[in-house]
Amino acid sequence: MTYIAKPKLHHPSLPKNERGYTRRDYEGAVSTLCAGCGHDSISAAIVQACFNANIEPHRVAKLSGIGCSSKAPTYFLGGSHGFNTVHGRMPSVLTGANLANRELMYLGISGDGDSASIGIGQFVHSIRRGVNMVYIVMNNGVYGLTKGQFSATADKGSQSKKGITNADSPVDLVMLALQLGATFVARSFSGDKEQLVPIIEAAFQHKGSAFIDVVSPCVAFNNHTGSTKSYDFVREHNDAVNRIDIVPHAEAETVQYEAGALQDVLQSDGSVLRLRKRHLDYDVHDPIKVMTYLHKHQALGELVTGLLYVHPAPEDLHAHLNTCDKPLNQLGERELVPGQGALAKINASLR
Amino acid sequence: MTTTLNRCNDFVIKFANVNGSGSASANELFARSILRMGVPVSPRNIFPSNIQGMPTWYEVRVSEAGYLGRRGGCDMMVAMNPQTWTEDLKEIVSGGYLFYDSTRVIHADQLRDDIHIIGVPLTQLCNETWSDPRQRQLFKNIMYVGVLSALLDIDTAEIEQLLAEQYKGKEKLLPPNKQALHLGRDYALQQMDCSKIGLKVKRADKVGDRIFIEGNSAAALGCIYGGATVCAWYPITPSTSVVDAFQKYCNKFRTDPDTGKKHYAIIQAEDEIASIGMVIGAGWNGARAFTATSGPGISLMTEFIGLAYFAEIPATIINVQRGGPSTGMPTRTQQADLYSCAYASNGDTKHVLLFPEDPKECFDFAAAALDLADQLQTPVFLMTDLDIGMNTRLCAPLHWDDTRQMQRGKIMTAAELEAGKNFGRYLDVDGDGVPYRTYPGTHPSKGAFFTRGTTKDRYARYSENGEVYVDNMERLLRKFDTAKKLVPQPIETLCCESAGASGTSIGVIYFGSTSPAMQEAFDQLQAQQVFVDLLRLRAFPFPDSVFDFVARHSKVFVVEQNRDGQLRNMLVNEGNLNPAKLLPVLHYDGTPITARFIVDSIRKQLQLAPALPSHELPITQVVAGKGVKS
Repeated sequence: MTYIAKPKLHHPSLPKNERGYTRRDYEGAVSTLCAGCGHDSISAAIVQACFNANIEPHRVAKLSGIGCSSKAPTYFLGGSHGFNTVHGRMPSVLTGANLANRELMYLGISGDGDSASIGIGQFVHSIRRGVNMVYIVMNNGVYGLTKGQFSATADKGSQSKKGITNADSPVDLVMLALQLGATFVARSFSGDKEQLVPIIEAAFQHKGSAFIDVVSPCVAFNNHTGSTKSYDFVREHNDAVNRIDIVPHAEAETVQYEAGALQDVLQSDGSVLRLRKRHLDYDVHDPIKVMTYLHKHQALGELVTGLLYVHPAPEDLHAHLNTCDKPLNQLGERELVPGQGALAKINASLR
Repeated sequence: MTTTLNRCNDFVIKFANVNGSGSASANELFARSILRMGVPVSPRNIFPSNIQGMPTWYEVRVSEAGYLGRRGGCDMMVAMNPQTWTEDLKEIVSGGYLFYDSTRVIHADQLRDDIHIIGVPLTQLCNETWSDPRQRQLFKNIMYVGVLSALLDIDTAEIEQLLAEQYKGKEKLLPPNKQALHLGRDYALQQMDCSKIGLKVKRADKVGDRIFIEGNSAAALGCIYGGATVCAWYPITPSTSVVDAFQKYCNKFRTDPDTGKKHYAIIQAEDEIASIGMVIGAGWNGARAFTATSGPGISLMTEFIGLAYFAEIPATIINVQRGGPSTGMPTRTQQADLYSCAYASNGDTKHVLLFPEDPKECFDFAAAALDLADQLQTPVFLMTDLDIGMNTRLCAPLHWDDTRQMQRGKIMTAAELEAGKNFGRYLDVDGDGVPYRTYPGTHPSKGAFFTRGTTKDRYARYSENGEVYVDNMERLLRKFDTAKKLVPQPIETLCCESAGASGTSIGVIYFGSTSPAMQEAFDQLQAQQVFVDLLRLRAFPFPDSVFDFVARHSKVFVVEQNRDGQLRNMLVNEGNLNPAKLLPVLHYDGTPITARFIVDSIRKQLQLAPALPSHELPITQVVAGKGVKS
């Protein structure tokens, strides 16, 4: 693989967002993933979401582990600092980065091997700590880079390309994230941009641990009959509980909506997520009901997608630690070093 | 016939206790009271990897000459643990003293006839005075301190002052403690002829302005003064108290008293892997970050350390070494993680190691490590060990220059990027192998790059091109060469300076916690007309002066506390030296090395007759897991 930069030239009349960036400003290098890979669609959705949300590219830090998914950050947000860490260990590096500078936005990109197998511990603990981040798993149920082994999210009974049947139960990262106290949990499908883009946009606005599981078919090794993570299977079994519109705060009070069909979710940054409910009884604020719903539909062989759970007043790791508002990496001697006077007192107490 | 030791301000006393019996504070009280009388002491905890019920020892060396290394043997054993009675008894030097609780009758065949026996019915006295079982247990310890104060001539005023300081704010506890102290003291004065005891403490002025502190606390203070803001760690003996102390000092110095907001973040990670990951994330993002761990933690961190080396991210790792390999001897000391730290990771790596000799240098080097990590953009290891880390040690007072500024290394700023400076993340602009970096979020359109553990070119672009890879690896070697000038330089002590000798062809290289034993061994060797020059290594990479030292001597002993001569082999490899020239002195039973061991080993290898020590003590060796035997 070589690094292929996209040409910087673009049409001068491309539309700009409020920050003055065009969509191209959110792109990265040319993808070297297989043509048709679901991950490329997710990258495109991230580009679109960041453009829509008026995010300054350089204020995002994008981190990943190892694997096909973890290559993806090269293909979007070229103006952001990126960090390809080691297999399964992105969450700890992201946590440390977040501690150092709470003002940046942290985007963690991972895969099902990276997060559900080798890295499940770090996934669990970063969510449990409430690190303010958007954590996206590009979930294809298979190890692509090593040519087609099952991952820990592969469904029991599903088949590999070589015809082997998976005998192990799957790890459901969404259920796990809910149980661990993630304050924003969503699942989507790489082939459903209409659903995915606003979910990512909303996750960026969320001031806590936002987890998005995106089923992302692997065209090389897991897009065949017998797979439960193929394009066809997901399209046929997708049960979308809602669709999101992002409503700027100023308009929120003036919009009328039909009771029961819509649910407004006020975000801590002042914006409103307007959920167009497909299932009228679905409540994104009740984690127990959400889990029951997910279990019920999982048993029916359906893949529940949409914004599944959101906490209206999330806290993050910095709130738990009560760290100062100024980023820790900007503190200087004056704020950090007690000086010789204090040391002399310490010396005196040690005799 | 029993001989009698006659030693003033120069003896070893050892307390054999049961873990969890509350003896630690009484033992420390004893040591500190002698220190307050102006006589240097060096106490050592010898304890099991266990919480309660197992044997534990506290060994106090009293040395007016100022020798702080472990001497070996003991002149008085305070035998409070029936479980270890037999071994404890054996350890007492001939003519020495056994102090025991005579409430229980000890039969003659359980004693030795070449030592003096001091029996005090501690349990009986306690039971007569207190009814509460916990008080009976705790005050037994204070009582033996009282007895010892009478036997050894320790000034009670000093002990009472220490008790007053200890119970400041909890004044209720002071009277019963004083009562126990005097109960023991009065018993000794009334029932025994204390003047006949040959071990005495006499007021002196040999402590000066030195302080009494554990290496782990000093290292934590070094991290505070060095400006560390992020600490991520996972509990492991013997490093845990580094973070406990860091937390304590952060509460005091880094917390806004009005808002409670903190100028630091401490995360107890889920494991050592995550802790170093967080340190790397914070370092990448421009905060000063460290972790504290021990050998098994280093094993787990190795993958990430390789990433930090290759991706060039600052990280400070405090490794308080213990006995290895694997779980090894969790509560015993060694210097056996040199290989695993110096070359941590798959592939070719070399990491910077700093070797403090005492708490003072733990403080200095912890702050220096944070600077070096930023300056060199690489992991830096502070290599302490249990002996320095968890024992209270007398050392020079800590000092901070208030004009000192943090060395943040080569950071490209937004203004420099805006001015059009050429930014290549791995570009060797200055020829020292150290490139410039940008913090994430620096500039809207310039200076962003991708950090990765895979190979890349000078502009941080992924490349598997062989030439590009070699170019990068060669630059990393140049950077390591630059480190030689930045790390603490070795310190030489030449025999001719202190002994008037006309130069010697024998050199000794040592490092870290071996230092006090080596200083004592140096004096002993000179007294025996064996002249050596010393070189105390303080860092890896080895500065050129180390190899000059080797070249100037025909034989060089390398003293270290591991089985395989790790430092010796690193010297051979890094300096392309003739291995035959470097003679190993290896001590690795988990106890701190002694001057005696060094002297004997050097004499033996020089084919000299075994030394007669200045005071005739048996050579002691601790056999791991079997306690102490003569």
